[in-house]
Amino acid sequence: MVNWTDEEKQHITSLWSKVDVTKCGGDALARLLIVYPWTQRFFTKFGDMSNSGNIIGNNNVVNHGRRVLTSFGDAVTNLDSIKKSFASLSKLHCEKLHVDPENFRLLGDILIVVLASHFGKDFTPACQAAWQKLVRVVAHALAKEYH
Amino acid sequence: MVLSAADKTNVKNVFAKIGGQADEYGADALERMFVTYPQTKTYFPHFDLAKGSAQVKGHGKKVAGALVEAVNHIDDLSGALSKLSDLHAQKLRVDPVNFKLLGQCFLVVVATRNPALLTPEVHASLDKFLCAVGTVLTAKYR
Repeated sequence: MVNWTDEEKQHITSLWSKVDVTKCGGDALARLLIVYPWTQRFFTKFGDMSNSGNIIGNNNVVNHGRRVLTSFGDAVTNLDSIKKSFASLSKLHCEKLHVDPENFRLLGDILIVVLASHFGKDFTPACQAAWQKLVRVVAHALAKEYH
Repeated sequence: MVLSAADKTNVKNVFAKIGGQADEYGADALERMFVTYPQTKTYFPHFDLAKGSAQVKGHGKKVAGALVEAVNHIDDLSGALSKLSDLHAQKLRVDPVNFKLLGQCFLVVVATRNPALLTPEVHASLDKFLCAVGTVLTAKYR
């Protein structure tokens, strides 16, 4: 069970309410594929990812980024039962998608940078801390059912 | 991991844009690191880590200065950071995992203060550069 202070919950939910899921999700996934190019190994079906321009403009990337971040929203609305909420997704990532859990940590860190660039000074140190904790908890939950 | 010519150009541009504010960026990154990753405070029991601390500001200036020095000698990071590398290996012995944490916080600072500067390509180059610096600083650990 994760312990969230009221302050942490406030930082998470209030920021989330202002997040453009399509924009941030697409941006985050594109950056993951650009900053850590080896992550492209999971998306060979997405088409041309030969340079950053192609990745950013790739509709598959944008759509999948939105999908991933929308799913991330489940964590925000279920802060007290994240492991439970992500159990089946965890199994999926292990059994069907074969994704190394390290990638969840990488995407989490990228998401933080994307949020920072969107929210500027509003992304205070305390806000960053709450969100880094959240991405770490989500990454952990996504890895929990691995076998 | 090798810094390409494009990476070097990107990193130099970032620091040129940051200019005289590098000290502030350094202090901001440290503050964020202490708040986000409290375990990093264990390396500073002798510091006042309260918000606005003069010691943190001073240390941020040192860290920023080292990064600027590294950028100015980006073709020879091991040479430029050799003394700091010795210091970290022999005296400070900061666990290698922590350089990644500070690197993440520095990226966040650039993102909050200068989002337009941090395009995905520049983000990649800066991340690589910060990793390379961490690698050099821990190279002589064993």
